[in-house]
Amino acid sequence: MLIDFFYTLRAAKLPVSVKEYLTLLEALQAQVVGPGSDACSLDDFYVLSRLILVKDEKHYDKFDRAFGAYFKGVEMLTDFTQEVPLDWLEKILQKELTPEQKAAIEKMGWDELMETLRQRLEEQKERHEGGNKWIGTGGTSPFGNGGYNPQGIRIGGKGGNRSAVKVWDQRSYRDYDDTQELGTRNIKVALRRLRRFAREGSAEELDLDGTIHKTAANAGFLDILMRPERHNNVKVLLLMDVGGTMDDHIARVEELFSAAKAEFKHLEFYYFHNCVYDFMWRNNKRRYAEKFETWDIIRKYNKDYKLIFIGDATMSPYEIVQPGGSVEYNNEEAGAEWLQRLIHAFPKFAWINPEPQGVWEYRQSIAIIQQIVSHRMYPLTLKGLEEAMRMLSK
Amino acid sequence: MKFKGTDNYVATQDLMLAVNAAIALKRPLLVKGEPGTGKTMLAEEVADALGLPLLQWHIKSTTKAQQGLYEYDAVSRLRDSQMADVDSSERVKDINNYILKGVLWQAFTADQPVALLIDEIDKADIEFPNDLLRELDRMEFYCYETRQLIKAKNRPLVFITSNNEKELPDAFLRRCFFHYIKFPDADTMRHIVAVHFPNIKQELLSVAMKTFFDIRNLPGLKKKPSTSELIDWLKLLVAEDIPLEALQTADDKVAIPPLVGALLKNEQDVTLFEKLVFMQSRNR
Repeated sequence: MLIDFFYTLRAAKLPVSVKEYLTLLEALQAQVVGPGSDACSLDDFYVLSRLILVKDEKHYDKFDRAFGAYFKGVEMLTDFTQEVPLDWLEKILQKELTPEQKAAIEKMGWDELMETLRQRLEEQKERHEGGNKWIGTGGTSPFGNGGYNPQGIRIGGKGGNRSAVKVWDQRSYRDYDDTQELGTRNIKVALRRLRRFAREGSAEELDLDGTIHKTAANAGFLDILMRPERHNNVKVLLLMDVGGTMDDHIARVEELFSAAKAEFKHLEFYYFHNCVYDFMWRNNKRRYAEKFETWDIIRKYNKDYKLIFIGDATMSPYEIVQPGGSVEYNNEEAGAEWLQRLIHAFPKFAWINPEPQGVWEYRQSIAIIQQIVSHRMYPLTLKGLEEAMRMLSK
Repeated sequence: MKFKGTDNYVATQDLMLAVNAAIALKRPLLVKGEPGTGKTMLAEEVADALGLPLLQWHIKSTTKAQQGLYEYDAVSRLRDSQMADVDSSERVKDINNYILKGVLWQAFTADQPVALLIDEIDKADIEFPNDLLRELDRMEFYCYETRQLIKAKNRPLVFITSNNEKELPDAFLRRCFFHYIKFPDADTMRHIVAVHFPNIKQELLSVAMKTFFDIRNLPGLKKKPSTSELIDWLKLLVAEDIPLEALQTADDKVAIPPLVGALLKNEQDVTLFEKLVFMQSRNR
């Protein structure tokens, strides 16, 4: 019973366990929903199964999609992690097809259809209307919606003849999905992972309550208890890319920065443009007046500092590997040298990249930087940040 | 036993189903949601509606799981033994006199079914939920000092609230039902307001609601006003007898609404808001 449903959820990468699945069956048996109670619609089953199987609102969106897919009778063979941009599917084009055209639409088998869809998703990068190959609206391609292929797969949008939009089709929890890019909401949660109160080292203080308690339990003989002093020992050196291609990301990076400021006791930050060279600056308005030598920064902070780069790493490869390659001035040493020097001085480092991870492989400069920072580059999503923080606090 | 909302708490359909499922299967219900969406109130209202006594356990960063079970008061026992007079020397001999029962103990041994609220569980140490796994799953624990097993006579109805400051461990989550209280839409909000202010003037309400949702939709606010802030603000508007005209100017110009401090709790937010209002009024 509902075994396929359970595996559909597993296939959508939802962390559902057998225990929870059995609990759902138990709930059905107890008639929490169903003919025996006053809640017997599919909506109620949706709420109940979400209540029992999903334990974090960040998974709600995935659950909605998987639930929708299952109850539309579609076996889920596609990869749910790839999002089809909705504006492709806007129904601004409703092409009227003649019966002959409809008949002429090629009919593919199921497997072939899914396979082709996957390929198209990988190939296609822009909105598409009409035509008979790409995913979009209106046309005769088997993919997208509002079209006329009798064997087509519908993606998003509402079906031509159905009026009611289902709850799970509203996708109202999309913002909570942790693989989406960050909003203000969850950013602090991720940063808190780094702010670890570490009880370590030799500095100890008297644990007064513990001592009293131990002494009393020891029938009055003094039993002194010491505990390590508690202090926030996370130190962060933040280097941020500004200007040029970063302009698109400034708002989000600012959010990250304002969240970061509240979280760490020791937070030092400097700006650079595109790649680090022999100097950086702290105040963007006075960047030419107040320069800080990169050598000084390396000397000033010790190994305990965790180094975080924030930048899109999108530039001409020359700016990284060639002396004199900077767009701003004639740098004596290549950016790669400086990068290596920095990550050598601060062994705990990570690079956070606000560009969507999907485009990384198409940018040569990102590949170079990835190599330099030994693949410690993370996207600016909640999941990416968490991975970065986990790596930094190891 | 079924929960159907109360006179002063508006529960949406899915929330009611969640509560009823938790009642039917006797599982703890973990409730998350924006601050001010009525998570804590839910437990109070459900307990009230079902006629169950409510035990509350408010969690702080220093709270330990053990404190919810029991504490052994060794200090009093030592004092009693040293200052022994006739009646306390009898008392000292029995360790049971020095076991202070925690909330869970009380809930487990109560004669009638009770509701138990564990409020803001995310405030506690990361190990806290893990220390309560068996207690919440099997509803029993072992008291080492007196060597007795405390087992629930009736499984209490447990509500747990979280503000999402920490991630809760998977093992813990698997033992709970989870419900996320979504921010109410305008219709539900009207219900909620009607419950709190049955006599409020309709025009004032609709203008105030519009202002409220407009403010919520402003991009860049650090803390968006929530339901409880709206209720407070309306309370002030009614108490001060603010006329309708103060909320909306004649030519539909944007103005700063009166008593906006009840909605925006952050200095930066207020400044941002004033700036936006100023910019808008200049553009017209």
